[in-house]
Amino acid sequence: MSIDTSKVATSNSSAATAKKPGKAGAVANWADERLGLGTAMKKNLRKVFPDHWSFMLGEIALWSFVVLLLTGVFLTLWYHPSMAEVVYEGSYDPLRGVLMSDAMASTLHISFDVRGGVLMRQMHHWAAMIFIASMMVHLLRVYFTGAYRKPRELNWVIGCLLLLLGTLEGFTGYSLPDDLLSGTGIRAADGFMKSIPVVGTYLSFFLFGGEFPGDQIIPRLYMIHVLLIPGILLALIAAHMLLLVYHKHTQWPGPGRTEENVVGFPMLPVYAAKAGGFFFIVFGVTAIMGGLLSINPIWKYGPYDPTKVTAGSQPDWYMGWPDGALRIMPGWEFHLGGYSFALNVFLPIIVLPGLMFTILLLLPFIESWITGDKREHHLLERPRNAPTRTALMVSLMTFYGLMWAAGGNDIIAITLNSDINQITYFIRVAVFVGPAIAFWVTRRWCISLQRHDEAKLLHGYETGVIMRSPEGGYSERHLPISENAAYTLTARDRDVVWTPGSETDESGVAAPGGRLDGLRAKLSTLWFADNVQKPTAQELEEARHHAEHEHALTAALDGVAADGHQFDGHHAVEGESLRGS
Amino acid sequence: MSKEPTGPDTGSDNLPAEEPIPNPGLPSHTWRPTDIDEAAARRAERQIASMYLLSMLCVLGFVVTYFVADVGDNWDTILGLGASTVGLGVFLGLALLLIGAATIQWARKLMSDVEMVEMRHPARSSDEDREATLQALSSGAEDSGIARRPLIRNTLLASVGMLGVPAVVLLRDLGPTPGQAAEADYPGAGLEKTVWTPGMRVVRDVVGTPIRASDLEIGDLVNAQPEAIFPSEESGLPELHGAELLIAKSKAAVIVVRMEPETIIPGEGRDNWSVDGIVCYSKICTHVGCPISLYERTTHHLLCPCHQSTFDLSDSGRVVFGPAGRHLPQLPLAVDEEGFLVAQSDFTEPVGPTYWERDHKDIGDQGEADL
Repeated sequence: MSIDTSKVATSNSSAATAKKPGKAGAVANWADERLGLGTAMKKNLRKVFPDHWSFMLGEIALWSFVVLLLTGVFLTLWYHPSMAEVVYEGSYDPLRGVLMSDAMASTLHISFDVRGGVLMRQMHHWAAMIFIASMMVHLLRVYFTGAYRKPRELNWVIGCLLLLLGTLEGFTGYSLPDDLLSGTGIRAADGFMKSIPVVGTYLSFFLFGGEFPGDQIIPRLYMIHVLLIPGILLALIAAHMLLLVYHKHTQWPGPGRTEENVVGFPMLPVYAAKAGGFFFIVFGVTAIMGGLLSINPIWKYGPYDPTKVTAGSQPDWYMGWPDGALRIMPGWEFHLGGYSFALNVFLPIIVLPGLMFTILLLLPFIESWITGDKREHHLLERPRNAPTRTALMVSLMTFYGLMWAAGGNDIIAITLNSDINQITYFIRVAVFVGPAIAFWVTRRWCISLQRHDEAKLLHGYETGVIMRSPEGGYSERHLPISENAAYTLTARDRDVVWTPGSETDESGVAAPGGRLDGLRAKLSTLWFADNVQKPTAQELEEARHHAEHEHALTAALDGVAADGHQFDGHHAVEGESLRGS
Repeated sequence: MSKEPTGPDTGSDNLPAEEPIPNPGLPSHTWRPTDIDEAAARRAERQIASMYLLSMLCVLGFVVTYFVADVGDNWDTILGLGASTVGLGVFLGLALLLIGAATIQWARKLMSDVEMVEMRHPARSSDEDREATLQALSSGAEDSGIARRPLIRNTLLASVGMLGVPAVVLLRDLGPTPGQAAEADYPGAGLEKTVWTPGMRVVRDVVGTPIRASDLEIGDLVNAQPEAIFPSEESGLPELHGAELLIAKSKAAVIVVRMEPETIIPGEGRDNWSVDGIVCYSKICTHVGCPISLYERTTHHLLCPCHQSTFDLSDSGRVVFGPAGRHLPQLPLAVDEEGFLVAQSDFTEPVGPTYWERDHKDIGDQGEADL
């Protein structure tokens, strides 16, 4: 491209102009002499981050957490974490004179007698939803691109803990207003605890300070919500970010991008501006949502009363899937020697979430055990190039989605005017069958996409130009893709099936076989089975010869290089031959 | 666009020899209009500055809204929302969004967009560093003598481990044990009891008026409470407040329904628990404890809105659908001399969700869930 770059805007000039040390210089000197900032910041100020839209998802989570801290501090200025019985005397007419807890009354006070109170409450609630949703989507991005592979496994573990703690933080948070809906949630949580064998009732009595609901639970949840969990969240977020900086961000493969480098823009000024600007975007979107979208209108629910409930009682959406498991579980409860086993509650709400979380936590370690991959990975993989990995997560997502739908089976029944019993029976089967189908479909889909990539490399892209031969046969012309695109498609690892004895120690001696070697080899074979490997240089060369041969055959048809370029609008044809030559 | 590698590192030599296509290297940089056209750069500059200015105006709007718009219970003046909330939210949101948009515009249009390359380093430390660290560790261990004096090491570990004991013991006073709670002196204390006592009147929820058996029509459902929740001078029952009131309500709430007497299939020993087709059941679901309230009068089924457990009130509260594992506890009913419904006794089994120590009371073939 020939563009006169002599007129490049001065803002892009990288030549630093020497200045006399002014006031700022004096301050910098003062600080450096005490903090050694010069050495600490030397490398990091211009640290390079790669650019891709999907790398922004974790940032949404980070910034919404900051919004949560800011709006949360505002709410604590008026909220009373107390279950003392008071008569509401505030501005909201329909509840005036009603007996309620101080927690509920102070939440109503924030909503109706503090200017901006509803806004801050709604912003806090929306930010919480964005926080958890963006963590989940970020987790999926990291998983589907293989970004959790060595050396980033521990950052995956930290991320999973953040998701778990974020969920608990959400539950403790929406329980604080002590309204009818949240009280119903706490009562259900009491039932969950009581289902735990041996220690269940003790857990419940210690948490509630006696029998449900007592007068201790709100202050205790408040402490957990504003001190305990946010403290741990902050520490884990700091660790998450430090590891990110230490490992340097992963990047997509492409021309000039390798496992050894990171290509992108510097922290100062580009990412400082982009990320800093993005904080304001997240904050601003939350503010507009808080101003326009009503959420958790506790004044419509009324104060908690253990004898009342509303139809359609549901937890916040991120607690929906265990609630769905609870709904579709058969009523299995048995009694032995004077003791009760409430499997109908214990299995779906205590065991299942714990099991699912453990699986999530272990995914990187399971995969590297099966594949035997011990190398560092800094280039991301496209989901299609790891069909089994992709299929595994889609399978888990299907399970999650079906459980989540089960958590709204009453809403589905009402909306679709269908039978809740049949919906429940259907989901009972679907949670087992659905993930299996999803696994199979996703895996085959990925492999088909791999074949498509292979065809593009070997035979070029489909131009849409239809050629008619002298015999009257029709064929579509394929043209080679650009070298950069071809390189990007081939910039991936070849799959290597793990076999027993393939690992050697430093002196070249095969590692002793383990008891699970047979299983591991079988799983490794299945993991990679049917995957399409990228073509070799020889295969590419043969394909090129073949294409040129065809090109030569058809070139005579109209006397010019009838390669279709003049029709496809990609580029001009003058003097251009097929790729490479 | 040229395909010559321009980056300092093409990386191609780091790939295995079998790589089919060599790394072409970074594509050359494309200049943006704002890089080469001073007018375009000025325009971008003006756009960015105007967004910052607009943001300030929005803050003004925010302050004006704060002092002008109503709060109080005028919470639905605009689009069903409060004027104050809408105004504050929109102005604050725009003020923030404009700063964000301006800053990102600045980064995209005017800051350098030349890609930079930084080399990575392996996550592991170098062999020398490992060696030095191990050396330091073993020197430290050697100096302390921890390896040579296992007695000190073991007693240290044990004593620090023992500090877990106070940490746990201190939590003991979080609450009474279930056994202690059962001994407490508030009415209906403990998991196995409620405030119901023999002869206590069944009163309507909210208003607290007693229910005359003859006032109930067939098909009626009444949400009810024990009279202890609504004490009066006449009954002489103690006033309940705060936690005691909530605990009493959380266990004693009942529903009273009247159906054709012949549709009732009484459980074992429950022949005289109903009054003229009037039966009374605990309102607390045996699944996880939600109050149940959705009654279908033609089938006598009661559905819990939380997890859809369904109970048959004509059949000792048997589970007919859903995740609950046990029937609803039934309150034996009678009428007093004035014709009002009263309880014959407390519930004969604990109400609410199942817990470990709960001894199962079989009520014949009604007791188990129908799967």
